[in-house]
Parts: sequence; structure tokens; C-alpha cells
Amino acid sequence: MIPFDYRRPDDAPGAVALVAPRPDAAFLAGGTNLVDHMRLGIARPELLVDVSRLPFDTIERLPDGGVRVGAAVRNSDLAAAPLIRRRYPMLAAALLAGASPQLRNLATTGGNLLQRTRCAYFQDATTPCNKRVPGSGCSALDGFHRHHAVLGASDGCVAVHPSDMAVALTALDAQVRVLGGAGERVVPMTEFHRLPGERPERDTVLEHGELITAVDLPPLAMAARSAYRKVRERASYAFALVSVAAALSVKDGVVVDARVALGGVAHRPWRAVRAEGALRGAPATEDAFRAAADAELADARPLPGNAFKVPMARNAMVAVLRDLNAGGAR
Amino acid sequence: MTGVAERAVGAPLVRRDGPLKVTGRAAYAYEQPVADPLYLFPIEATVARGRIVSIDAAAAEAADGVVVVLTHRNAARLAPDADPELRILQDDVIRFRNQFVGAVVAETSEAARYAAGLVRVEYEEAPHDVTFRADHPELYAPESVNAGIATDSVFGDVEMALAKAHRTIDHVYSTPLEHHNPMEPHTTVAAWHGEDGSGRLTLHDSNQGASTARSMLAPVLGIAPERVRVISPYVGGGFGSKAMPHAHVVLAVLAARLVGGRPVKFAMSRRQTFTQASHRSPQIQRVRLGADRDGRLTAIAHGSIAQTSRFKEFVEQTTFVTRSMYAAPNRSTTHRAVPSDVSVPGIFRAPGETPGFFALESAMDEMALACGIDPVEFRVRNEPEREPETGLPFSSRDYVACMREGARRFGWEGRDPAPGGTRAGEWLIGTGMAGCAYPAYFLRGGTQAAVEALPDGRYRVDIAAADIGTGAWTALAQVSADALGVPVEDVDMAIGDSALPPAAMAGGSMGMTFWGTAIIEAARVLRERFGERPEPGARVTATAPDNPHVGKVSMHAYGAHFAEVRVNADTGEVRVSRLLGMFDLGRVINPRTTRSQLIGGMIMGLSMALHEEGVRDPRFGHTVNCDLAQYHIAAHADVEDVDAIWLDGDDRYYNPMGAKGVGETGIVGAAAAIANAAHHATGIRVRDLPMTPEKFLR
Repeated sequence: MIPFDYRRPDDAPGAVALVAPRPDAAFLAGGTNLVDHMRLGIARPELLVDVSRLPFDTIERLPDGGVRVGAAVRNSDLAAAPLIRRRYPMLAAALLAGASPQLRNLATTGGNLLQRTRCAYFQDATTPCNKRVPGSGCSALDGFHRHHAVLGASDGCVAVHPSDMAVALTALDAQVRVLGGAGERVVPMTEFHRLPGERPERDTVLEHGELITAVDLPPLAMAARSAYRKVRERASYAFALVSVAAALSVKDGVVVDARVALGGVAHRPWRAVRAEGALRGAPATEDAFRAAADAELADARPLPGNAFKVPMARNAMVAVLRDLNAGGAR
Repeated sequence: MTGVAERAVGAPLVRRDGPLKVTGRAAYAYEQPVADPLYLFPIEATVARGRIVSIDAAAAEAADGVVVVLTHRNAARLAPDADPELRILQDDVIRFRNQFVGAVVAETSEAARYAAGLVRVEYEEAPHDVTFRADHPELYAPESVNAGIATDSVFGDVEMALAKAHRTIDHVYSTPLEHHNPMEPHTTVAAWHGEDGSGRLTLHDSNQGASTARSMLAPVLGIAPERVRVISPYVGGGFGSKAMPHAHVVLAVLAARLVGGRPVKFAMSRRQTFTQASHRSPQIQRVRLGADRDGRLTAIAHGSIAQTSRFKEFVEQTTFVTRSMYAAPNRSTTHRAVPSDVSVPGIFRAPGETPGFFALESAMDEMALACGIDPVEFRVRNEPEREPETGLPFSSRDYVACMREGARRFGWEGRDPAPGGTRAGEWLIGTGMAGCAYPAYFLRGGTQAAVEALPDGRYRVDIAAADIGTGAWTALAQVSADALGVPVEDVDMAIGDSALPPAAMAGGSMGMTFWGTAIIEAARVLRERFGERPEPGARVTATAPDNPHVGKVSMHAYGAHFAEVRVNADTGEVRVSRLLGMFDLGRVINPRTTRSQLIGGMIMGLSMALHEEGVRDPRFGHTVNCDLAQYHIAAHADVEDVDAIWLDGDDRYYNPMGAKGVGETGIVGAAAAIANAAHHATGIRVRDLPMTPEKFLR
């Protein structure tokens, strides 16, 4: 069998102390991604440090009105939490759009964020992949890239981050709480995942040995009217072709504020800053929604096999904003 | 065998193997108890063509638990004239990517898998070609196609008829590389008993026919069939991928040769199912139709091009059923193939009919629109009186009744034929229909059954039939009970073992025809020889008589699919709201298991229409999306309202039961009905499957 050591420390500092000094060590939570990759021979940790039973499995209100989600909270529990369903419906919807019930029952909040940005070539150890073997080349660029990035990609990597949850957290301006050897720090979701650039092997800004302990949701009133729309050919258990997380605040027919993030389009969850800027102060009309979507996608650089993602993302953004404006949420 | 009032055939009995399966007591191949087993993990080629330069297995051989590393250097010799797909590890030649180049055998499956990753194989690569296109320079006409069917047919003058036609259509349809993935993986447990060369081989194997597996494997191994026993009582799906043994069985058998009689277990991983279990070739079809002013077809031309393997030919009979479906004086059908450096394509639920009917029934919809005639009426108008290309009478053909009754139940009447007319919120809604036909194949005679009288008026029926999830365990008991004149509870069935009387495989929707005929014959002989009340121990074995009607009548199951589809106006997502199939199946032996098979086929057709597409990378020669997260099949959420019903029937030309084939009938035409409905919803005609959302984006 694959040889590795397994440890289950009693507390978070103990977990960090085990992983930090060993480059061949990895944290293990739900294992829904890491164990797959070990079986495929593309992850070979020699020490697994199980953090799934550390006391990070609660959802708590914060004094500022926000919510703290423990890193070990399972995706299915988070999706079902009344507080999340009421205050942040886009997050509950995103979670339920992801994976399958079996996977959601195992996958954790922290682990979901740390699942690899990946593609079929990354998962096949017999094909070149810069993310798996830096410098070996990107097989997707001139290969099968229907699911790949249209925004922010590099010649080194065109894979997309597959999480739905992370798209909603990005739209919500969530903050990721991280414990490392030097203590705790907070990383905004919008800065947590990286674009590939020259270093596609790095998905996030975390240093080796840093452990996610919680994700904080800000007290965002407008999030109570928010939605997540996932476009996919199969009705369940499929990654997004594109997805949209959005919240919209409208007064007297004018957009007061908007939050929009896209999934399935980039190496990381894509905060649609330009679209939000175009929406603020604009009339709440379909034309304005379309203009905002076009502004966001102006820099899209699709590949031959995924050009459809640009109009698909535009249409999906318009549809979600239109529905929110009409009073619906889904 | 006194008279029993109630017949078992026709009763919706629950599966007699159901309790065993739902309680986990039905032992599938991998679960069969064997003493002191070893486990195999294969090594697959990472180049698509070339030769092996070196294999370094030292690290693997030294790993914990490893017993032996099998390669072409230590593999036993196989028959020189063996089936090329099964003649593995005999040389250093690589013919396709993922070809088996060896295997690790170890004390645990985990140890075997880990050690397989330690084997270093160096290759000398040769240029390969896996591209598939209609203008490929190596395109050729096979001598015949699957099931021994003639490559081409020509009647009248198609070109002249098309030139003179009032309306013509001429379109190209394409279907992708498809991979079948039964729930139970392909699994073999191989054990040799006795000395090498004089030994016997036992295989616990997941397959669609124990007799077929034995008769195909024995000559490869160069031993008499009597020395091979294949045991397969429970099989978790096949869909054609288990119809014939593939190379994985030989791999386990060769490995077992090296380990001194210990059984070797091999269950394919899901990824290996994509590389080793055969597949449906991608196909390109061109359909040309000509019609007169009354909407009567004057010409039908249907040509298909398929991809085959360079080292063993397999070409689906894609345009075969077109020869019998609609009347037209001028006709032509062709099959062509492109050889590639790929693994051998194979049987995939209704090979030929499934892709063929996507093209034919899409084209019929296009022509109905061109003629301004309702799609059902257009087909009725082109109903032949006799089979068009043979002139044979039909054994029974309730195709028109299927369309009429299906239309009535679906609510087809009053449908506005203009596309794009119905919208509900963001969804565009349309309806469509397509025809379905599945021929009776009489490929392998010689099926036998044994019937033995037991104490207390019970009987035992032995036959090497296979239940691949179809319900054969139960349906065969029903046929037996009626043949013996006893309640079905008084019949003990034994199937799935090559030690039983030999039988045709579960394939071509012909299993029941052969098996049931043999059982009825055995019951007749028993009665003839031992009277109405045979003593316990009385036993006969009988062979199914050849069907005297073959070649004298045209035999097909028929059906009509009706679909309601919605397409999202914003995103192009396609969902199937309703799917109704109305079938002509002759007599139905078990309505419960028949319905399951039909709706299973229809869902597979839905999956084909919307999802399934294996993507081959021409640079590497492999299927890129080789797992079920990336190769999409319909999930539960994709299946909304699906139902299958049938007309009363009894076709005595088929077999003594009056039953037509069911297993493949449900899938044929389903994808076309969905494509036709999507066109009705949107005005967009998708001629290349699958119908992914981008094809409907505006």
C-alpha cells in the first residue's frame, strides 16, 4: 500500500507544529480531494495530520453581527444551518450545488477552500502539467479545455477552481482565519486563491503548515437577498461551466450596491469588481445588467474550446441580477 | 405436470434474486469465496504506438507483499492465431495507449497498486494516429459489419430520385466516443488447478455469458473448453461491455499461471473501465431523403463512418435497420471505417441501431417539417407493407399503433409544429417524437437446457444463461413454470455457470429467445420421455430447435418515443421534462422487469442525448475525461418523468413464448426524440451529440 504516517493531534497548534517543519506533510480533513489524489498518484504526502476532529465544527454569531464558520464544519451542515439559509442564501445554495450528498457529508469548510484548482490533465499523472510537475508544460492549452479559464489565465495553466462555496464566500467578502507557526492571520477570500501566473503549482497564498481554523462572514444585510446560479449540462454532480453568486440592493429603481462573483471562469473564484462598479448607481434594468456583465468580461481571453463561456457567463449574470431585481432568490 | 390454471408468464413477479441482492448476500465475482487469494493491478502503456525498450521491475519486486511482476517476458505463450484483442503480453509492441504491458500481483490490492507505480517502462515511440474524420485518407469499406451484416445495400437509383424529388434533405449527424460503465466493475478471479499444461482453469468472472466466455478463452489459452469453468451467477450490468471477454481476463489468467495455483483477483478501477472495457466508436452519418408532393419518400440514403482499431476490426451495423424501416423505391445504405491506433471498439447497447436511429429519426423529423406534415403522420405515410429491401412479410409490426397510442397518451394532438412557440419564464419548451426498431438477431444456435424432476413435484432447470440485471433469474423461472405446468415457486433455477448446459449470451436482446426456447424444448422432451408425472431424478437435456422462420419473415420489436424538453433561454441548459415510450414487444414475460429494462434504456438514450462524450486527445491517444466526474452520464436529477408502456402482443414467429427482444429496444430512438423536441423548443437543430448547453446559446 501507499506508505504514509498518520497523526491526530489534540489541538490546532499541535497540528501546525507537526506539518510546518515537514514539506512532505499534509493536513487531512474530509479527504474528498486529497485521498483521491493520493490514489491517483499525484499527491504523495508521507505524513497525514488529521484535523477533522479539532474543535472547529461550530457556526457562531460574531459580536459585529457576522457569522464565524469553523473550518471543520461539514458542507452539508453549513448548507442546512438556518442562520446561513436566512442570512446568506447564496452560500447555502452554492453548497447544495456542489459535489454530491455523499461528498458534502464529508467535505469541510476549510478543505473545500483547499481543494486543488485542477483539470483532467492534472489528474492524469501520465500527461504533462505545470501544476503537477512545474515546467513540464500545459496539456490543456492545446488540448481539451472546454471547462477551462477565460479570465486571468496564463500560458502555464488554464485550470479553474471548482468550488461553488468559494464563489459565494468571495462575493460575500468572507475572511479566512489562518493559524501558522508565527500565530494567527486573516486573509480576505478575494486574496486567498491565486491566479496561475508563473507559479501555477500554488493554488493559494497559504504557506506550508498554515491551517485554516475558520471563515468569517461579514454582517452584510443585502446578502439576505442573494442567489447562486450554477450552469451545467448535468443537473447534479457536475462542476460549473460557469456560475454566478450575486446580491443586489435596489432603491427606487437604482442599484445601491451589488456583489457579484463568478465560478468556472478562472484559476480562482472571480470577484466581478468591474461589474459591481458599473452596477452601483445604474438603473436596475436588464440593459444595465448586461452592460455590467460585458464590462466584467471585456478582458476575457477564451480558448477555441471554451469561447462559449463568455456569452454563457454574461447571460447567467444578467439572469441572476434580473431575478434578484424581480424579488426572487434561488 | 398437471394443469395449473394461472400462467406465470405475464405476471409482474418481483425478482427472485432481489432479497439476496439488497441484503448483500448475492456473491458477485469479486466476492466469491476463494482460498488464499492474490490481487492484481495492471500496468498500462503510456504511449499510443511503439515498442517496449526496457522494463525495470526491481523496485516493485522488492516492495512489501509483491509476489510477482507479470510482463511479456515471463507471460505464458498464447495461441498464435488467438483473437488479437486477447493475445496480450506476447511481444513488445504497443498498439494503443493504455494497452496492458504487465501487472503486479501481491498479497493485497493496495500493495499491488502501489507497486505497479514503481515499475519503470521505457518505450520507443512510433508516430500514432487516433484522429477520426470523414475525409481520413485511410477510410475503407469493411467486408462486412458487426453480426455479419452486409456492408452496403443499393436499390433503384437514389441520385436520380433525389434530383427529381419535391423535397430533399441532406444532413450530417455525428455521435461521439462513448464509454459504458456498469455499476459492477469488470472483475475476474482466475485460478489454475493442477500442473501447468494439464491444468484446469476456474474463473469467477463478471460477464454476459459464461458459455461465450469459455468458448472464446479456451482457444486463446490453447486448451480444451472442458478444462475452463466460468462462474457468473450475479452480474451488475454489462451494456455490451461484458458480452465478450476483454484483455483483463487474460491478464488475470496469465498472472495466475505464475503463482502456483493461488487465485488471482482483478477488479478494474473506474478509470480502467474507460481504457480496457471497449467503447462505442464515434460515428459520422449522412442521411439524404427525397419526398414527393404527398410526403411519400422516394429515396433514402444512409451512410455511416465509424472508427475502428488498426489491429482488430469492429464496425457497428449502423445503417442496417434503415433497410427495413420506411418504404421508398430508391435506397442505399453504406458502412465505412477509419482505422486508428486505439483499443478495439465493441458492443454498446444496441450497436448500430442506437447511433443509426439518432441520425435516421432526426432526419425524418427534418423531412416532416420540410413537407409540412406532422411527424407521426409523416411516418405513418411511409409505412411499408413488406420489409423494403427483402420483400419479406413482417412477423408482426405494430409501429403505427405504437405511434398512434403513444401520441394519444402523451397528448400529442393539437401540437403546433412551428418551433420556438412555447415559453414558460426562462424556459423554452418543445415536444418531439422518434421511432424505434430493434431486429431479431439469430446469431448463435445450440443453446441447451436441462430439466430435472425433483421430489414433491418440484423441478430444477439448468442453463448457462446470464442475468446482468435484466431479471432473467425470474423470467426464466416463469417460462419454465408454464412449460412444466407448475407454480413458479416450484422451479429451482440454476444459471450463470459454464458447467451448466451451454447457452447464448445475454446480448442482442436475444437471450430470452434462445434460453426460453431451450427450456420449453427440454420440458417437452421430459414429458415425452417420462410422461406427465416424472419420477424424481428424471432428467433431460435438450437443444433449442433452430427457428424455422428465420429468413422467411422480418422480425423486429418496435416503439415510439415522445419527449418534452425544456431549454433555458439564458444558458442553453437542456432538461428532459417527460419521456414516454410506447412499444411493440410481442408477449411480455415479466412486466415489472421489462419496464425496468425499457426505462433503463430510455434513460441511457437521454444520457446519450445530453451528456455522454469521451474526449480523445490526439497527441496522447487517450480518453481525457476517464472518470465519472468528468465523463457525464445522466444523474438522478436529470431523470424526471420517464415511463414505458407497451401494446398487447404475441409474435409466434420469434419463439414459442411469443416474446420479442427488450434489453436494447428502449434506447433506440430515444436520443432522436429528445433532439427533435429540443429543436421544437428552440428552432435550433443539433446534429452532433451530445446536446450540451453551448449549442443552444444565443
